[in-house]
Amino acid sequence: MTTSSPTSSPTSSARLTRRGFLQASGVAGSGLLLGVSLPGAVGDAAAAGLLHTPNAWVHIADDNTITLLSARSEMGQGVYTSMPMLIAEELNVDIRSIQVAIAPPNQKLYGNALLGGPQLTGGSTSVRDGWEKLRVAGAQVRMMLISAAAQKWNIPESQLRAENGRVLGPKGRKATYGQLAAAASKLPVPDKVVLKDPKDFRIVGKATRRLDTPAKVNGTAEFGIDVKLPGMVYASLEQCPVIGGTVKSFDASKAKAMPGVIDVVQIPDGVAIVADTWWHAKKAREGLAVVWDEGPGAALTHTAMLDSTRGGLASGKVLPLKAVGDADAEIAKASKVIRAEYTMPLLSHSPLEPMNFTAHFHDNRVDLVGPTQWQDAAAGTVAKTLGVPPENVTLRTTFLGGGFGRRIDIDFIIQAAQISKAVNKPVKLLWTREDDMTHDFYRPQSVHQLAAAIGPDGKPTAMTFRMSSQSVTGRVFGLPAEVQDPLMTEAAVAAYEVPASRHDIVKHDAGLRVGYWRSVSHALNAFANETFIDELAVSAGKDPLAYRLSLLGSQPRFATVLKLAADKAGWGTPAPAGRFRGIALMEGYDTYMAQVAEISVDKGEVTVHKVTVAADLGRMVNPDTVEAQIQSSIVFGLTAALFGEITLAQGRVEQTNFHQYRLLRLNESPAISITLVPSTEKPGGIGEPATALIGPAVGNAVFAATGKRLRKMPFTPENIASA
Amino acid sequence: MSTRFKINGRVVDAKAEPDTPLLWVIRDEIGLTGTKYGCGMALCGACTVHLDGQPVRSCQTPVSAVAGKSVATVESLSRNNTHPLQVAWIQHDVPQCGYCQSGQLMSAAALLKQNRQPTDADIDAAMSGNICRCGTYPRIRAAIKSAAAAMNKA
Repeated sequence: MTTSSPTSSPTSSARLTRRGFLQASGVAGSGLLLGVSLPGAVGDAAAAGLLHTPNAWVHIADDNTITLLSARSEMGQGVYTSMPMLIAEELNVDIRSIQVAIAPPNQKLYGNALLGGPQLTGGSTSVRDGWEKLRVAGAQVRMMLISAAAQKWNIPESQLRAENGRVLGPKGRKATYGQLAAAASKLPVPDKVVLKDPKDFRIVGKATRRLDTPAKVNGTAEFGIDVKLPGMVYASLEQCPVIGGTVKSFDASKAKAMPGVIDVVQIPDGVAIVADTWWHAKKAREGLAVVWDEGPGAALTHTAMLDSTRGGLASGKVLPLKAVGDADAEIAKASKVIRAEYTMPLLSHSPLEPMNFTAHFHDNRVDLVGPTQWQDAAAGTVAKTLGVPPENVTLRTTFLGGGFGRRIDIDFIIQAAQISKAVNKPVKLLWTREDDMTHDFYRPQSVHQLAAAIGPDGKPTAMTFRMSSQSVTGRVFGLPAEVQDPLMTEAAVAAYEVPASRHDIVKHDAGLRVGYWRSVSHALNAFANETFIDELAVSAGKDPLAYRLSLLGSQPRFATVLKLAADKAGWGTPAPAGRFRGIALMEGYDTYMAQVAEISVDKGEVTVHKVTVAADLGRMVNPDTVEAQIQSSIVFGLTAALFGEITLAQGRVEQTNFHQYRLLRLNESPAISITLVPSTEKPGGIGEPATALIGPAVGNAVFAATGKRLRKMPFTPENIASA
Repeated sequence: MSTRFKINGRVVDAKAEPDTPLLWVIRDEIGLTGTKYGCGMALCGACTVHLDGQPVRSCQTPVSAVAGKSVATVESLSRNNTHPLQVAWIQHDVPQCGYCQSGQLMSAAALLKQNRQPTDADIDAAMSGNICRCGTYPRIRAAIKSAAAAMNKA
């Protein structure tokens, strides 16, 4: 095993990185790095000392098995393929010949610089954060392998090249990476690397089949729910129906007598039944009687929360985002002013795999296995909560059965660890669907008030934008009240050029815990902005496309995607009988996108037939995944636009399962046509932006169809009727 | 009080109580974890298996109801991804998170058993009980058509 770095020349930060990795991941002994879900025997190789780690991203075994690490969780967005593609491009290996492993928690090595450092998968950042870093990692190892060959053969490096998993030299000299890996791993990691010119890319930018698909079509992919540890027992947790409530007392006598029950234990979040099977644990909750202290949340209703959020707009606690000129004065003196208010409901994430985690507390250690978007927070918080040294907590990330932001939160991971400690056994905690829907961290409500002064040409001369919503970042990262939540400002300032404008944000705590939900505030702000601009176009008697274009000035990336989506959708030509079109435009995550929705309305029911998308997201890693993420986001965003609403009565979430929280089905999903603009701009994120645009595109189409302006989601028959 | 039935061609004696949902017997007792739990109310289709060839929601099927019958799970399609639907799913890169896909595949397999030339309306009818939160629907539709074409050619 080549794990020890030479003690001389320990000053290079790259070298520290490698050593840090080796220490943190425990390659030599524990096999901890083996978040391996694809077939392969990396674990065996590590244990046998046959695995070499030139840097934190590349493992090469003597038999030339090459494992590339993804430091981002695979939750459907394709990082299990796109992250290794970036490394493989510079390492010069065939992407189909490698294995993938998910990195262990190590914020220093695997932190997400775009998010300020946490080892967190979210914010459509994976490709943007990894774009250079991962190619550098691949290039470093390629150079180390070449250096090792040069030393071995006593040939200058300049006469060697690395190709397809081998180093080749003059006179037919060749060695596999595996044959060179032991020696290469002892060399210093080069500080300077030369990256390929993008025109020479052979992997990046090419549509590539996902590496995780084979395991996902035959039942072998391991999700959190599938984890099994020796001696493992199962837990089901009764939590207070009012989020934030605590246990006053409980009577477990009946539950304890039910089949298979091993123990009933109280943890801070509730009372857990531990049993020999999960079904036994879940059934025994019927025999459990808990008296709750429901706490202040017991008074909450969604209507009162929305009123209080609206009240936030007038509270004076405004965080200015952007101001140009004196928009208020312009509006005060204007002869024509348009004002509108937009509201958005609470939403649940509802990934199809309910929250779960497996924990094993033993010997002052905790081993964690399961689906999470935030490895270092999970491991670190469990260490703190259980009073275990941080280095004694291991975490292996499985596939995530959906994330969408829900698995950034770690409540269920702490619970699993606490239950394991209480019963001193490995425990798999699995929430029911009902637990999941009623104990989410919900997408916050929002209220927007927009106003515009309209000039004689119908264009806005001034506009004001004020949004009130709850800060997720405040809860998760603890922002002070006077500090802007950067995620609330997303897409708040639209592309349109208005001579005077003022944009303000109000962080208003409406009393319920809230979480990051796919596209976060893009969805809130783009709905307000893109509906409002449509209202201004209509008021001016202008075509919504032409009106938008007339306000874009010299912003070619916006204009290009807008015109492209419109052209491809047949904007300006008659739609099929009974169908109507709406358009929307946004920049988010450095991605420029426009969508046209083609819809019909029958007795208040909206059917979306076709969505046409044009996007410019700069350079792409895997264009097929880009298309998949746009398709995915449209279905996700359309689900919210048509159906999505969480309501509360007496502090209790009223929706418990999919009959009350409807998700779009195959027969309801539109045809989606996607055009990607060839671009050499820096990469943009694509996991989320399309989510935010489909709502306003559909709402604007409903206006075209019915003359009813939808300023409130979801677009249910009731809300359309009352619009 | 065990329940004897066949799963993927193999005879098993499940010892779970008769009212235990088949899903949990398959997953936790028999150890085949391809079949997933999503809702527990037959609303999402993640737990779809075949019972004597018909698609059923195993979360709402008590194990007592399958006594003497034949159950097939996603693992029965093939372990090496040679079933035409698995081939098509890979060709179209259908799965994203992948959690619902076992159920999607079993609903699609039941459809193609009955109907080798499904129209869009047939696909809608057969697949509308399976939720995909990642929205892989356009690819599911395309992959079913590819698989049908391949089966008709074979």
